[in-house]
Amino acid sequence: MTDTATVDNGVNSDALLGARDALRQAPEAAQFTWKATSEWIRGTHSRQTIESFTGLGQEHQHKKPFVLEGDHPEPFASEDHAPTPVETVLAALAGCLTAGVAAVAQNRGIQLKSVKATVEGDHDILGILGGDPEVRNGFNEVRVTFDIDADASDEDIAALVAQSQKRSAVFDALTNPTNVTVSVA
Amino acid sequence: MRTEVLIIGAGHSGLAMSRRLTEHGVEHVVLDRGEPGNAWRTERWESLRLLTPNWQTGLPGHDYAGDDPDGFMGSREVADHLAAYARAIGAPVRAGVTVTSVAPLERGYRVTTDHGVWEADAVVLANGGSGIPNVPAHAEGVPSGVLSLSAKHYRSPEQLPEGGVLVVGASASGVQLADELARSGREVTISTGEHVRMPRSYRGRDIFWWMDAAGVLDERWDEVDDIVRARHVPSPQLVGSADRAVGIGALHERGIRIVGRLGRVHEGVAQFSGGLANTVRLADLKLDRLLERFDAWAAETDAEVGPVERFDPTVVDDSPRLELDLVGEKVGTVLWATGYRPDYSWLEVPVLDYKGRLWHEGGVIPDAPGLYVLGTSLLRRRRSTYISGAAHDSAELAEHLVEYLGGRESARAELAS
Repeated sequence: MTDTATVDNGVNSDALLGARDALRQAPEAAQFTWKATSEWIRGTHSRQTIESFTGLGQEHQHKKPFVLEGDHPEPFASEDHAPTPVETVLAALAGCLTAGVAAVAQNRGIQLKSVKATVEGDHDILGILGGDPEVRNGFNEVRVTFDIDADASDEDIAALVAQSQKRSAVFDALTNPTNVTVSVA
Repeated sequence: MRTEVLIIGAGHSGLAMSRRLTEHGVEHVVLDRGEPGNAWRTERWESLRLLTPNWQTGLPGHDYAGDDPDGFMGSREVADHLAAYARAIGAPVRAGVTVTSVAPLERGYRVTTDHGVWEADAVVLANGGSGIPNVPAHAEGVPSGVLSLSAKHYRSPEQLPEGGVLVVGASASGVQLADELARSGREVTISTGEHVRMPRSYRGRDIFWWMDAAGVLDERWDEVDDIVRARHVPSPQLVGSADRAVGIGALHERGIRIVGRLGRVHEGVAQFSGGLANTVRLADLKLDRLLERFDAWAAETDAEVGPVERFDPTVVDDSPRLELDLVGEKVGTVLWATGYRPDYSWLEVPVLDYKGRLWHEGGVIPDAPGLYVLGTSLLRRRRSTYISGAAHDSAELAEHLVEYLGGRESARAELAS
């Protein structure tokens, strides 16, 4: 394991640890609200825009609006203009866990060389088609496989991946129930 | 009524402090809502034994002198041990006195009780870390007809209504109760978030021997990486018995259903996290790091211990249950083993944070001079969580307290001159 000071994974751990201590003293500032807006295009194709969020007691603008799209693929009799939203969820999980791996590695003084992940979600679509009332709409199982090259032992890498799951917002959102309300403006 | 120092609580911490103050010649009174060791006599389940072996239950000037140093005291024995200690040190205990408020005076504190009002220069909060069960808000979702009970009020399997039991929490309490209930013939599910896996013995020695010898118990609160977090880590999955394992793997082998952390109870259905695999993995990895530390210490000190051991990874179901229909699956009881927090509801001194936690620096409360806390989790060192921590902690805090009283006296003398 290399020394923390000489490790550079591009993560500012000191700032994160500083924020943790500061927010413990001012917990109201830790309350964030994330936001995406969405607009239907045609068929199952839609476009989501992500521009701003609130936290630390104010609104923040992203450097520029980020645009995602969702559609369904041809086997669903759609035109496949974009990933299906369930694939975007898998991508979000990979993004969140990978960010966690980098942050934890920085904090533990582990230099990363490459971090690759494959995410698969098993899905019985009889649920969403209404073909079997006993089948759920969502994933039956999600598997993430990491392939990590780093200056660390296998145990340290395993601990890195375990810790990133422990502190992952998307992992939590997928593995735990959340109250979701949908209303019409 | 007036005294120099008022100690609230006649458990091991309050009594140890009483002994220290007597040594320093400081006039003091110990108040307890019951008799010394009251909580051990009235608020513990019947089979409970200490996690620490008898030889680690000594108090200042009162080492364990029984004939079973490697045994584990039951809760009534602990209560007797404390009562005997109170007598041996001649502690000035006022039993059967319940404190209803502690408020600051211009100098010192006013302590109101159901048996009169006290004024004291200093107050030591030694009322214990397990005053109030931390039952989460989703307990409100438990349907009527299913008993919702905290570990603090559990006594024995016979007390529970018919049917299965969902134990929430896998600290020492949770795993012990799950084990006991399964042995009594109940169908048991245990829901576990982050937990601490620990074998009872390692390389031929009790795990608390290692924790003591290798210096783990002496790690100070200001040396621990994140003290707020460390103080909230659940107790290790141990039971006070040389030959009974109660880790998640052992419970799984005994047919107890292991599920992830409880997310909520929705329309009578308990829903669990799908992150169980990682939860047990984290505990396995953490155990390995602890054992590596012990091994390094043993090699360095040439300790007389057996050969190095490693434990198999914890096995749980590949696809653990995510839901349990409490009524439909005949669960009679949800048993909350979700930890405790100290009761400071009567503390009228502005020293609690937004979560009702008391901020102290190793028992010294910076915002309230003359107010001290003793006998809570990781107060000054890891040992503080256990009975054996009282000796060090009370010695150090008594010194601080005596200095504080001295400072006040000289300030008073200056004012008078």
